[in-house]
Amino acid sequence: MTAGVVGRSVERLEDPDLLRGKGRFIDDIRLPGMLEAAFVRSPHAHAAIRAIDKAAALESPGVRAIYTFADLRPHLRSERLAVAMPSPDYLQSVDRPALAIDEVVHVGEPVAIVIAANRYLAEDAAALLEVDYEPLPAAVDCRTALAAGAARAHRNAPHNLVAEFDMGYGDVESAFARAAHVYRESLWQHRGGGHSIECRGAVALHQRQDDRLTLWSSTQTPHAALRMLVQMLGRDESRVRVIAPDVGGGFGPKLVFYPEDVVTALAAMLTGSPVKWIEDRREHFVATTQERDEYWEMEIAVDAGARILGVRGAMIHEHGAYTARGLNIPQASATAVVLPYRVPAYGINVKAALTNKVPVTPVRGAGQPQGAFVIERLLDRVARELRLDRAEVRRRNLVPGDQMPHTVPLKTRGGIAIVLDSGDYPRCQQAALERAGWDEFPARQEAARAEGRHIGIGVANYVEGTGRGPFETVSVRIGTSGKIHVASGAAAMGQSTRTMLAQIVAEQLGGNMDNVTVTTGDTAAISMGIGGFNSRQAVMAGSSAHVAAVKVRDKALAIAAHLLEVSARDLEIDGERIHITGVREKSIGLGEVARAVAGTAGFRLPGNMAPGLEATEHVVIDQMTYANGTAVAEVEVDAETGAVRICRFVLAHDCGKLIHPLIVAGQLAGGVAHGIGNALFEWMGFDDHGQPVTTNLGEYLLVTATEMPRIEIIHQVSPTQLNPLGIKGVGEAGVIPTAPALISAIEDALQPFGVHLARTPVFPADIMALIEAGRGK
Amino acid sequence: MGETRKIALSVNRVRYEEEVEVRLTLADFLRRQLGLTGTHLGCEHGVCGACTILLDGQSARACLMLAVQANQREVTTVEGLAPGPDRLHPLQQAFRDHHGLQCGFCTPGILMTLMEFLERNPDPTEQEVRIAISGNLCRCTGYQGIVDAALAAAGRLRAARESPR
Repeated sequence: MTAGVVGRSVERLEDPDLLRGKGRFIDDIRLPGMLEAAFVRSPHAHAAIRAIDKAAALESPGVRAIYTFADLRPHLRSERLAVAMPSPDYLQSVDRPALAIDEVVHVGEPVAIVIAANRYLAEDAAALLEVDYEPLPAAVDCRTALAAGAARAHRNAPHNLVAEFDMGYGDVESAFARAAHVYRESLWQHRGGGHSIECRGAVALHQRQDDRLTLWSSTQTPHAALRMLVQMLGRDESRVRVIAPDVGGGFGPKLVFYPEDVVTALAAMLTGSPVKWIEDRREHFVATTQERDEYWEMEIAVDAGARILGVRGAMIHEHGAYTARGLNIPQASATAVVLPYRVPAYGINVKAALTNKVPVTPVRGAGQPQGAFVIERLLDRVARELRLDRAEVRRRNLVPGDQMPHTVPLKTRGGIAIVLDSGDYPRCQQAALERAGWDEFPARQEAARAEGRHIGIGVANYVEGTGRGPFETVSVRIGTSGKIHVASGAAAMGQSTRTMLAQIVAEQLGGNMDNVTVTTGDTAAISMGIGGFNSRQAVMAGSSAHVAAVKVRDKALAIAAHLLEVSARDLEIDGERIHITGVREKSIGLGEVARAVAGTAGFRLPGNMAPGLEATEHVVIDQMTYANGTAVAEVEVDAETGAVRICRFVLAHDCGKLIHPLIVAGQLAGGVAHGIGNALFEWMGFDDHGQPVTTNLGEYLLVTATEMPRIEIIHQVSPTQLNPLGIKGVGEAGVIPTAPALISAIEDALQPFGVHLARTPVFPADIMALIEAGRGK
Repeated sequence: MGETRKIALSVNRVRYEEEVEVRLTLADFLRRQLGLTGTHLGCEHGVCGACTILLDGQSARACLMLAVQANQREVTTVEGLAPGPDRLHPLQQAFRDHHGLQCGFCTPGILMTLMEFLERNPDPTEQEVRIAISGNLCRCTGYQGIVDAALAAAGRLRAARESPR
C-alpha cells in the first residue's frame, strides 16, 4: 500500500510559523540575563599586531568584558580551528586561530570580542578598542601571489602555495598530437558570497550548576560544530549541545565552523551570562567565507568531426587567507570540467594560492559552476571555429544514455570512483532545446538584427555530484500518543527538509503528515549527523528515513497482528490506525500499538517483541549519485548601453524521482537566480591593498525580481539505483549551467561585433568596451 | 542607558506607551522591546527589505527609522496579518500554496510590501508585481513562487471583495 504523499506537492510543515512571523531564527532567541557581543575586526588585509589597549573600551558604558586571544588562550585545548579535510596535497597548514594571535591576514578577521549589556553598547565600546597594527604587504591577486618574491599572505610562511595537485587520466600527449584542431582559452570566474538574507549568529548559554554548554548557531552543520567545541574547549560531548534554530538561508558559507562560534561559547562560560552575537551585513562581507575566484589556462583537442580527444591545462584557485574547509572546491571544479562529456584524455595542474582575503569555502555549486563554465566555453569555441551549431557539438560529445552507468576515470575527494549512474544527457538537452525553440532561433535572430536588435541564445549542460555520503542519521519513533516523531542529523535552512522527511516517513506510516513531527538541527535529538550541504539531504537523510520508517512499519504491523490475532499481511496503516484490509471496524491505534511495547513492569512484552516502536538508521551510500541537466538562455543585449535582458530561460533537468515537484522547482529557480547573479551582477571587489570595496548590498548587487525571467522547468526522471527512493540531489543544480548558458547567449547576440567573453561576471561597461573594440576592428 | 523618550503608538491595533532610547531603531524596538520578532533584519542599511513594515498603511524600512519617529503612528507587522490563530490571510495562504517562501527570512518584508501594493493595485500584471517587490531581496526562490503567490492572492482578494456577503 502506498499512502501517496511522496511525489505530491503537499503543504510544507515549515510554512505556517514562517508566514506568521513566528519562526525562531537565531536573533529571535532571548535568554534571561543575556549579554550581547560585537567583534573588533582587522581593518588591514595584512598586519602585525603590536599591542592591544583595552582601557578606554572597558570604560565604555555597559561593557562587561573584552577578550583577546591572550585572554582566551588558557581556556582553549586547541588554539586553532582544525577543520581541513584530509588531502596529501597540502604544502602548508594554515588553520584559523580562535582570534587573531599576533598577525591579521584579512580585513574582517576577528581580533577581540566585546561583551556588553546590548549590541548598541558593545559596538560603542568596540570602536574604542585600541589595536596597534603594523601594516604588512598583502597578497591580493592569486596569480601574482605565486610568483617568486611576492608578498606573503602570512609573514612566516615560506610562500603562498598552500596546495598543488595534478588530476587526469588517459594519454593526453598523444591526444593533442593527433588532434585535427587544438584551441586555447584563458578563463576566469570571480569571487562572490552566499549572502543568505539572514547573516550568521550565535547564542551561547553555560549552565554552571551542571556545567552544560548550549550553543545555538545559524549553522548548516550542528554536529560538526559540536565536535569542534568538544575539541577546542576540551569538554565531553554529554555537556555540549548545539542547536541550529530556523536558519535564514545557508548557501554554503554556514556549513563552516567559525571563530565567532567558539568565541561566543567561551564568552558565555567566562562571563557566566548567556551571550548573543549577531553578524551584520558588513561583517558578512568581510568575515563570512566566499568562493569562485579561479583562473584557467585550458586547451581542448578535437578531431575533424568536433569530437573531444582531450582537455588539458592549469588552474589557479584562490584559497583566501586560511584553510577553512579544504581543497574540495578546486577538486570539484577540475572534476566538473569533464563530467557531462566523453573526454578520452584529461590532464590539469591545480595550484591553490593563499591571499589576504576572506577564506574560500563552498558557495552554492561548490566549484562545479567554474568547471562547467570552462568546458562549455571550450565547446563554444570549437563550434565557432568549426562553424558548427553549438548544440550539435555538444550532442556529439555528451555521454549517451545507453552508456549508463558510465565510469569517469577520476575519484572524488574521498577516493571514491566517479560513476555516472543514471540519466540520458542527450535526451535532456534535446528537451531543453525544443522547449526553447533552438532550431527556429537563427531566423528570429536574423529578423531582430534587421531591426537593429541583438538577441542571442546559449546552451550549457551540467552534471552534478549529489548525495555526498557516507550517511545521514534519521530516527523514527511512534510514541504512545500515536504521534510519529522523526529526528535527523540533517540540517534545514530553507530546503523544506522537515517536509521532505515527513513525506517519506508518512508514506510508510499512515499517510497523515499532520501526525508527524520532525526535529532537525539539534544534537540532543540525535547523536550523529553530517548536515546540510552538497545537495545531499534528500538523498542521504531521505534514504535513512525511508529504511527506518519501513522497519517501524513492519514492527507496528507485527505487534498489531499479534494483538488483533490476524496475519500482518492482512493489515494496513491508514492515518493513525492499523486496520484489517477492507475491514475498517477491526482496527487498533498506533498509540495502542506503541503502548503495547512500551513495557509494563513485571509483564512479558506481547509476542516476545523487542521493546519500543522506533528505528534509527544511518544508511551508508559512499557512491555519489549524479544529477544532470541543460540550460538554454535567450537574451537581448542593448548595443548602446551594454544592458542584458534575459528574455527566456529553460532548464531541463533530471534529479530522478521527485519527492515534491514544487519544492524541486523552487530549488532550481533559486539556483538559477544565483547563477544569474554570478554571470551579471555579483562582484566582490578588492583594491590593490586587499581592502574590500563592496561591503554593502548597494555596492554588491543581488538579483531582484525585475531581472529574473520566468524559469521554465522540464523534469526528466531517470531514477538512480543507488538509493531506495531513486532520487538525486537538486539544491545546487540550477546555479551550475546558468552562467555558461548566459555568457554563451550574450556572445551569440553580439556576434556582429566579434565579442568574446571569457569571464564572469560581465557588466554593461565590460560589454560596451568589447563592442567598441569590435567596432574598431 | 542613553537619552530616552516616551512614545505612544499602535502596533497591530494594540496601543503601547513605551520609554525608548532615542537611538533605538524601530526594528529593534519592535523586536527587542515588544518581542515582535517577525520583523527581520537582513542588512540594516535599507536594501534587503526584510524589515519592511507598514507605517500608517505605507511600507517603510524599520531598520532605517528610529522608534521615536513612530510616535503617534500606526504600525503593522507580519504578526498583524493573519485573522486568527488558525487562519492565514489570503496572501499568506497563497504563499503557502505557491511555494513563495523557502527559508522564510525575507518573507515578512515581502508580505508587508505586497499588502500595500495589492491594496493600491488589486489587479496587477506579473511585471507590476515584479516591480513592486524589486526592493526586497530573496536568495532562495528566484522570486518565481513569490510572483505566482502574489498574483494568486490578488485574484482571491478581488473575489472576496466582489462576492456579496
